[in-house]
Amino acid sequence: MTSLVRFIEQTGRSSLTALEEIGYHAALFSESLYWLLVGPFLGQPVRLPTIAAEMMKIGVLALPVVALLSFSNGVMMAIQGIATLQEFDAESQVVPGIAYSVTREFGVLIAAIVVAGRSGSAIAARIGSMQMSQEVDALRVMGIEPVRHLVAPILFAMLLMMPVLTLCADTAALIGGGLYTGIVLKLSLSTFIDRCFDTLALYDLMQGLLKSLVFGVLISLIACANGFSVSGGAEGLGRATTRSVVLSIAAIVVADMIFTYFLNR
Amino acid sequence: MNQAALNPAVDPVIEVTNLVAYYGERRILDEIDLQVERGEIHVVMGGSGSGKSTLLRHLLSLNRPASGEIRLFGEAVNHLSARALHRLRQRIGVSFQGGALFNSLNVEENVAFPLREHTRLDDNTIRIMARMKLEVVNLAGFGQLMPAQLSGGMIKRAALARAIVMDPQLLFFDEPSAGLDPVVSADLDELILRLRDAMGVTIVVVTHELESAFRIADRITVLDKGKILITATTDEVKQCDNPRVQNLLNRRTEEITVDADEYLQRLTDDLNGL
Repeated sequence: MTSLVRFIEQTGRSSLTALEEIGYHAALFSESLYWLLVGPFLGQPVRLPTIAAEMMKIGVLALPVVALLSFSNGVMMAIQGIATLQEFDAESQVVPGIAYSVTREFGVLIAAIVVAGRSGSAIAARIGSMQMSQEVDALRVMGIEPVRHLVAPILFAMLLMMPVLTLCADTAALIGGGLYTGIVLKLSLSTFIDRCFDTLALYDLMQGLLKSLVFGVLISLIACANGFSVSGGAEGLGRATTRSVVLSIAAIVVADMIFTYFLNR
Repeated sequence: MNQAALNPAVDPVIEVTNLVAYYGERRILDEIDLQVERGEIHVVMGGSGSGKSTLLRHLLSLNRPASGEIRLFGEAVNHLSARALHRLRQRIGVSFQGGALFNSLNVEENVAFPLREHTRLDDNTIRIMARMKLEVVNLAGFGQLMPAQLSGGMIKRAALARAIVMDPQLLFFDEPSAGLDPVVSADLDELILRLRDAMGVTIVVVTHELESAFRIADRITVLDKGKILITATTDEVKQCDNPRVQNLLNRRTEEITVDADEYLQRLTDDLNGL
């Protein structure tokens, strides 16, 4: 009986903590939007050089690894697709298969997972160490809102760069898939691309891009919230960084499932 | 002694009434009443765990009090709108214990940071003003160094330059001497005194360093276990006959009487089978 009571108590407490955390993320999001939209009229704009620096770190520097992973993913999908479809004598159908799955699903997923791993951890560690060394307090007492100075530029840069990275991931994956298909099925890359364009509608591309915006918001908020919550020295900082990456990837995959369900009904 | 500090007609810059603060269940500040007069150097002194850092966080509006009121420049900070608090904070400078310099910016950019955020001055003017403040704290020529390249004393002085760059009317120092050797510490004390004389700024210093406190203070508040033991001039504090004040001044530890049953209870109360 006691263990049952303890279980119920723990479940209740965890649910409350989770709710509190969701509320905190929502508050961070609305406050960041407030500063992005209203800040300039209050004489407290979100600084463009800061946004540009974040775009560089989040987007441009992530391009090579996103391109490499997406290219490899495209090749893998072509290998698996051709091997599976050969059983039904339908290997030529590999092109629409790759085109749909890359633009709707895998391009954005790879871009998001790379950004969560690279930038999510870096953002959590940066804000966490600022929190530990009282830099966040220093901002506050100077009359500079930490959300405006730290979170809003990250969120904005993420909203701009995630779709760009997704488009790059889509392109690299299609090139990878196209090259392999070309070699095995004796199909030129231009024919592959033409067939991709014949297959794809704008809606397929938009699915990935819409999801990229949602994933960008999730990564920014989870990383920043974990950074602000750092306590307990170096160990706490390490914990927050790990938690940021794990939670971001989990949130991305779950949100992807939900979006895929609703966008493909 | 600064004359303004003794003039009762001068409005207090800081007025704390009945301040109570908790961390979780633990009461950290217990009905604190405090007044800091315009132009004085007021030192808040106490040992570790006395509540002085918590008091400072409340004075800076970084923490919300459980009850009580804090007035800065006559304005009740716990009831201020975000905009009013934003304006009020531009009249305040803070030098944190570890400096809290932004690690991604060099020293000059750190000092210039509040000017860039709060003023529309052109870049050259901002840089000149930042360099002037670096001159004031004897850091001329070190503006291009990153915070990680500075010594402890230089970090404190750079933080001070950043704190005074907006010419604040109220300046807070958190443990200015902590971690510094006696010479550098004395140097920093001189700097604090010079600043008050040059700028007429009101200064609140939170410290546990006795020597530094008596060298710079006009008045001292001694905190112990979340309560104020005394607020008085340095001479009055020295002559105070409160044993806890004397313990602190003479670096004596307080004798703790231990109840045997209570001691046993503390050791065993979360163990099973006892």
